[in-house]
Amino acid sequence: MNSIFIKQTIKTIGAASALALGLTAPVLADGHGGKVKIGLITTLTGGGAGLGVDIRDGFLLGIKQAGNEGIDVIVEDDQRKPDIAVQVADKMIQSEKVDIMTGLVFSNLALAVAPATTAQGKFYISPNAGPAQLAGRGCHENYFNVAWQNDGPHEAAGATANKMGMKKAFIFAPNYPAGKDALTGFKRMFEGEIETELFTKLGQTDYAAEIAQMRASDADGIFFFAPGGMGISFLKQYADSGIDLPLVGPAFSFDQTILPAVGDAAEGVLNTAQWAPDLDNDASRAFVETFKAEYGRIPSIYAQQGFDTASLIASAAAKADVKDTDAFRAALREADFVSTRGKFSFGNNQHPIQDFWVRKVVKDGDIFTNTAVEVAIADRQDVYAADCPLKW
Amino acid sequence: MNMLLLIEQILNGLQFGVMLFLMAAGLTLIFGVMGLINLAHGSLYMIGAFAAAAVAGWTGNFLLALIASMAAAAMIGALIELSVIRRLYDRDHLEQVLATFAMILIFSEGTRWVFGSFPLFLNIPDYLKGTVTLPGGIEYSLYRLTIIGIGLAVAVGLFLLISKTRVGMRIRAGENDREMIGALGVDISVLYTLVFALGAALAGLSGALVGAIQSVEVGMGEPVLILAFVVIVIGGIGSIKGALAGAVLVGLTDTLGRTMLPVVFGSFMDPSSATTVGSALASMLIYILMAGVLIFKPTGLFGGS
Repeated sequence: MNSIFIKQTIKTIGAASALALGLTAPVLADGHGGKVKIGLITTLTGGGAGLGVDIRDGFLLGIKQAGNEGIDVIVEDDQRKPDIAVQVADKMIQSEKVDIMTGLVFSNLALAVAPATTAQGKFYISPNAGPAQLAGRGCHENYFNVAWQNDGPHEAAGATANKMGMKKAFIFAPNYPAGKDALTGFKRMFEGEIETELFTKLGQTDYAAEIAQMRASDADGIFFFAPGGMGISFLKQYADSGIDLPLVGPAFSFDQTILPAVGDAAEGVLNTAQWAPDLDNDASRAFVETFKAEYGRIPSIYAQQGFDTASLIASAAAKADVKDTDAFRAALREADFVSTRGKFSFGNNQHPIQDFWVRKVVKDGDIFTNTAVEVAIADRQDVYAADCPLKW
Repeated sequence: MNMLLLIEQILNGLQFGVMLFLMAAGLTLIFGVMGLINLAHGSLYMIGAFAAAAVAGWTGNFLLALIASMAAAAMIGALIELSVIRRLYDRDHLEQVLATFAMILIFSEGTRWVFGSFPLFLNIPDYLKGTVTLPGGIEYSLYRLTIIGIGLAVAVGLFLLISKTRVGMRIRAGENDREMIGALGVDISVLYTLVFALGAALAGLSGALVGAIQSVEVGMGEPVLILAFVVIVIGGIGSIKGALAGAVLVGLTDTLGRTMLPVVFGSFMDPSSATTVGSALASMLIYILMAGVLIFKPTGLFGGS
């Protein structure tokens, strides 16, 4: 082979890799004309699709159960790519004329789509991602978050670590906006000392190097944030490493979408979230039951967040016309719906004020699931609310 | 950083490199013999992992699962070679890339249809669980050690296959002069199918081995595919020896970079910015390595001139 040929080939391989990174996939759509039109963009293909599927299923169940006439939902896939998400959002707003956008799982995508949506006078109501940038000075009167500001579950994990008696923590998270929020949130509440702090690559699936550092460190506990497949990989490898330091983390690595793939490795671990499948209130019990009947699986927190988002929108749509932006916003702010997490209200930055729970991974028959243990932090409002200039 | 930790990290780097080698070997073989850029190689890795998870789920036997992963990947590999790939050999690289890229999409969505959107369960068998103590008091995962062993065994096997057997002779001949070997009466199309299936089987095996300690999910193959391309570019396209050297180099660079860089930066920066800068630089390191190798050896470490 001559070198010109090889150079050509390397160029082609470069182009090929770029193509592989830019994996595209078909798009799902359903919907028709109606009174309130909702555009739901979420991750339905590729890695992380399980989360988007649960948000979508929970959301559609919520809309169905609310029974409002004339709410239409258009569902499309973002392939977990910011550029695709922006394209789809523009199409939904400009040619489909949706009134409300929702659905994004990942913070980096939400940061691309939410400001563009609110700038065009539409509502963005987040069922998951709650980056700090959109909660503080960057808050917007048409941006609502029904899940949490990103720091929340991690603050709860910090409080839980204190309670577990952790003194020196080894902490790590992927290097992206929500990962930074995670470590910030944990450190805000954790009273002990941070032994090691690490950022891993987003999408990293091999944690051998980090686990070796844990073994060599003199930490007495580990806090980690590793959503989706990253969490599955870390937990399996950690369980096999023979290290027996206690783990604590937000629910994203211990959720119903990934527990079946983790197996025994997660049993008994404490994790934190705004909800658990066995939470003791009627709305939650009814939700779990109908979700199981409809889809044949236990709902995850993502499904619960999707469901609550739908219930909130339906409650506002019953009170005000979505075209009357001010009235509709006022109706959303009231949060006049029965949340599956019990208490729910909005702070001035339109993010939730809510309880965070400690949950424990248990084996129920053949199925791994979470059970609520106790409230980790009650009536928690995010710290960024103070920087948000919104007044109502 | 103490000595034990350093040795453990070197082992981790070696294990990562060996995994990459299983992927890169097939890729470089297929490129070397047929001149084909196969983007769908990552899909074969995914198919191997899913086949292993399914078989392990039914039978509970990890060895059977590994065999199934190779069988499934080799079968699907042979199938796509016979139906699609063989029409691409005479085409431009761009057309090969487009066609095999389409295959990624088909395989990803097809897998989702069959297995659903949620990750599958595949675990290490009990007899490989836990750690062993190596000489010098290093505690190391038995499973990872097994992976290193399997990878090196495959490397030796491939080397023997290519240098000592008749099939290997034909493969080498095919790399050198495709038309001549055809003219000499060797059935080149059978050879191509064989090489493709062999490459696919190695990718499938790699997927299954990794699947047991990572997440078996749709789209798991693409990040590895990109690394495998980096490996074969560094090692020299078409060279098995190059694939092994490149894979170990990439594995060590990535693993050691990830752990050492934040420490190095920590010696003259405050801890939090050292972490940020260190981990950002660590994720670029293998690409910097690739660029460096290409500057001094444009055809890769073991590439022909």
